[in-house]
Amino acid sequence: MTLDELLPALFPSGHDVRPGPHDTVAGTARLAGGGEARVLGIAGGVPLGIESALELAGGVLALAAHPGRTPLVLLVDTASQRMARRDELLGLNEYLAHLAKSLHLAAGAGHRTVSILYGPAAAGAFIATALATQAMVAVPGASPSVMDLPSIARVTKLELETLQRMAETTPIFAPGIEALTRTGAVSQSWTEPSLFAAQLQELLEQPATKGDDRGRLGAERGGRRVSARVAGLVLAQARSQASS
Amino acid sequence: MSDSLPLAEVAGRDETASWYEATARERIAGLLDAASFVEFVPPTARETSPHLHLFDLPVAFDDGMIVGAGRLQGGCVLVAAQEGRFMGGTFGEIAGAKLVGLLRAARETGGGCAVLLLLDSGGVRLQEANAGEIAVSEIIGAILDARAAGVAVVALIGGRAGTFGGAGLISACCSHVVVSEQARISVTGPEVIETNKGVEEFDSRDRALVWRITGGRTRVLLGIADRIVSDRIECFREAALQGVRQAPAFGLATLVAEQRRLEQRLRTLGECRDTPEIWRAMGIDEPGDVADLGDEAFAAVVAGQGTRHDAR
Repeated sequence: MTLDELLPALFPSGHDVRPGPHDTVAGTARLAGGGEARVLGIAGGVPLGIESALELAGGVLALAAHPGRTPLVLLVDTASQRMARRDELLGLNEYLAHLAKSLHLAAGAGHRTVSILYGPAAAGAFIATALATQAMVAVPGASPSVMDLPSIARVTKLELETLQRMAETTPIFAPGIEALTRTGAVSQSWTEPSLFAAQLQELLEQPATKGDDRGRLGAERGGRRVSARVAGLVLAQARSQASS
Repeated sequence: MSDSLPLAEVAGRDETASWYEATARERIAGLLDAASFVEFVPPTARETSPHLHLFDLPVAFDDGMIVGAGRLQGGCVLVAAQEGRFMGGTFGEIAGAKLVGLLRAARETGGGCAVLLLLDSGGVRLQEANAGEIAVSEIIGAILDARAAGVAVVALIGGRAGTFGGAGLISACCSHVVVSEQARISVTGPEVIETNKGVEEFDSRDRALVWRITGGRTRVLLGIADRIVSDRIECFREAALQGVRQAPAFGLATLVAEQRRLEQRLRTLGECRDTPEIWRAMGIDEPGDVADLGDEAFAAVVAGQGTRHDAR
């Protein structure tokens, strides 16, 4: 979907979301239930660089500065992180982490955080944006990945055709909504734009899950079967050690 | 626990050894008080990657991630160490889950136990890309939850595999970052940038360039790391002790300060593409010589810069 199609579908009651600097968007929107949401986003399928990450984080922190229940809807149509020597020199890892930290802080301050993925997001840019919110929703056009298959083929020294065949039997490495849903990253997929506003309202009305439930989702959906169990084992052994 | 034990006599423990050359287990043994380490989900548990066999790749009984509890000068620490020699220290499903579990345990201590992260990682393991990517995101959340509960989380970086991709983001979420000159921190590795953007953007075979851009000295001068130490396990130990005592709280004030810190770096150095320009902008004399200075002389340059901050 384009941003111009997505915004009226999510917010038919109105919004003032406008383009900002460095391919970002920002504004407020009226929700179907009558409340307001803060809207931020990266648009145009461009890589996330130090400027755009900092711009978004500033918007998130402005919301987090006021503890409250105003939801934060993060619209994501990016790419990978910007691959440039200059961004790496200046500490891109800090800029991306700062955005993830800001989103985490806003959630901790009481604001529900929901990302709407309507384009690509990959690698570090995916971690800093859509993966850093409490819930991730995929809508038509969403194209999440860690790395594209040709690049994975290069690193693993496997033929692309072999990888494509393997991807049919396991969701553990392949890009796409289905694999990332089964492994627990994508909370929900919405397909019918006329329902988006109601679906968003319903999502926001659900109580926030306590803690990170992606391990449980990945196990239930069968795409990441052992992660939650092993994390639980370590936690139990650490508790037992602490009490001994 | 006593720190006065004859440490060198304990098997497998050599404090003077090179951090860079040591295995993950040797780093833990040299870092902690003698014989204090208790491993969780140890190799005998046989929790190996359920995915590597698809690629006809060998597994490791610890999946390249060693987690457990120990003592640092008598104080409780939870420790995670990545083995850079196994799959580049990458985050796979098991390795990632072990660190997530450890960090959740740390949070429950409410600051009673600090966390030491011995990062040595190429990032997400591409054979398990989705599990690794989500694990990195879970780890970031768990670090921030632990920090919000008052836990110090100290990153110790100076291994062969560097700190790339998701590991680079994880390092920036810690309360304190210690590096050696050998440390490399970035998101996209130089080889990947060269592959995607061309050799004129980043020549990954130019080792001096790679170290200028991603290496420990640049990182500490820019404030991306808090402390630089010599490449010896005992130096990392001393820095870890300091680091667990200097943990900035994770909260709004810290992140607002970080926003200002990162804005200022972008404003003052945003046009720079290589380090000599940065050293000039920072007013460091003879910028070409930064790489040639000895550890002590470089430490004096760092001290003179006042890049220390609590904004992370």
